[in-house]
Amino acid sequence: MLKLINGRNWYAACTFRRGIVISSEKFCLKAEASSEEDSSGADNPYFADFQKFHIEASPAQKLVLSIGSAITTLLNPGRPDALGVFGETSGHSALQKMHEKMMASSDGQLILTDKPRINSSTVDLNWLKKLPPNTLGRTYIKFLEENNVTPDSRTPVQFVDDIELAFVMQRYREIHDLVHTVLGMPTNMLGEVAVKWVEGIQTGLPMCVSGAIFGPLRLKPKQRQRYLNSYLPWALSTAANAEFVLNIYFEKRWEQPMGELLKELKIEPFVET
Amino acid sequence: MNDAMSFGIHRLWKDIFVDRLAPSKPCKILDVAGGTGDIAFRIAKYLRNSDGGGITVCDINQAMLDVGRKRASELGFSGMEWLQGNAECLSSIADNTYDSYTIAFGIRNVTHIDKALKEAYRVLKPGGQFMCLEFSQVQNENLRWLYDQYSFQAIPVMGQLIAGQWKAYQYLVESIRQFPNQEEFAGMIERAGFAFVRHENLTFGVVAIHCGHKL
Repeated sequence: MLKLINGRNWYAACTFRRGIVISSEKFCLKAEASSEEDSSGADNPYFADFQKFHIEASPAQKLVLSIGSAITTLLNPGRPDALGVFGETSGHSALQKMHEKMMASSDGQLILTDKPRINSSTVDLNWLKKLPPNTLGRTYIKFLEENNVTPDSRTPVQFVDDIELAFVMQRYREIHDLVHTVLGMPTNMLGEVAVKWVEGIQTGLPMCVSGAIFGPLRLKPKQRQRYLNSYLPWALSTAANAEFVLNIYFEKRWEQPMGELLKELKIEPFVET
Repeated sequence: MNDAMSFGIHRLWKDIFVDRLAPSKPCKILDVAGGTGDIAFRIAKYLRNSDGGGITVCDINQAMLDVGRKRASELGFSGMEWLQGNAECLSSIADNTYDSYTIAFGIRNVTHIDKALKEAYRVLKPGGQFMCLEFSQVQNENLRWLYDQYSFQAIPVMGQLIAGQWKAYQYLVESIRQFPNQEEFAGMIERAGFAFVRHENLTFGVVAIHCGHKL
């Protein structure tokens, strides 16, 4: 990989191998060339996306970003980009563990090789709408419609340097609505906190864990009762028993009936007590 | 963001710029790339008892002009003109129209600076004054190192945290380094036809005021 440090240009390994390097000297304060084989597969479409959005930041910069973005998120929930930055800059060791968990599962390995993306151009929403009710696909569409969300709102990963880990982060973001779907949790405060608990315990991402801990502080007393009596215990046991959400290859299961899917993933449907 | 990046000093730069311009009534002043009105309002305030008459703000970006116009009406500058136009080609402005031409933190973003300078020369009356406030080069080597570190390390991070835009602010600090230094820019102004071209550094050369006259 040839990269210019303090310049703003990344060059693909394949470009370097062909011997084409264009450099603007004014901006290149340091350049290093590595002869390591690029194992990420330059042909995978995710590679181009990664290149497009990746930003080179030093450890010191990442530290400032993680603290600053954490503060911004707490003070201004209307800045979803800040939450993303916090997740990326604080999640390195969690992402490594998530990657290991995926490598230990056959579906997880497949997802890492294929690097599938979830947005309105990769997922045929019209086809999903026509599926029989109670299939994963139909239920997902129902979830999107009822909660007025689209699969296109997930911000691209910028501050994760390793392409494999960046993909794990991107995948975590893109399956969030599907996690809501299989857990049967709506996008209100109670539902989001429950999902954050499951995600937090399974992934270990600081952003999820802090969301799970600080989120309930905003609950009103009645909601808090429901949270403590029903949502929280269910979320904790689901997190422990269920399949790791990142190892679920959703795209291959659109036609699977929900009942069968939940049994396979060991998810107990939520029942309010 | 400007306040955060410059610790509020950009306000002082603009104050000094207008002070150097020293406008006096009656006058016709064209402020180019001045969309949101920072310089125009300062000129109007300098002139005392002014409703902003005689001042035209020109910008390529209509949205910026709209913001400026709104601020102007809140401040009572009803006489100001707001003109959408390209600094490289001010086609709606006749030759020899203005007494002064100002451009603050705008010429750096023009693709063909020489064209903008030629247009500035054209629209000024004989005797007219060209004034430019722009980022320039820090002369002192040690300070320049500090300034570079701040620019490349801190500013993009601030851009990400405050505005959610790392790359735009990285572009900003890179474009500053791409812009000609004090002497080179002075040479360009001379080549456009201006005489008595001189420059003044502010904040150790972080910004410079360039000035020239049409004879």
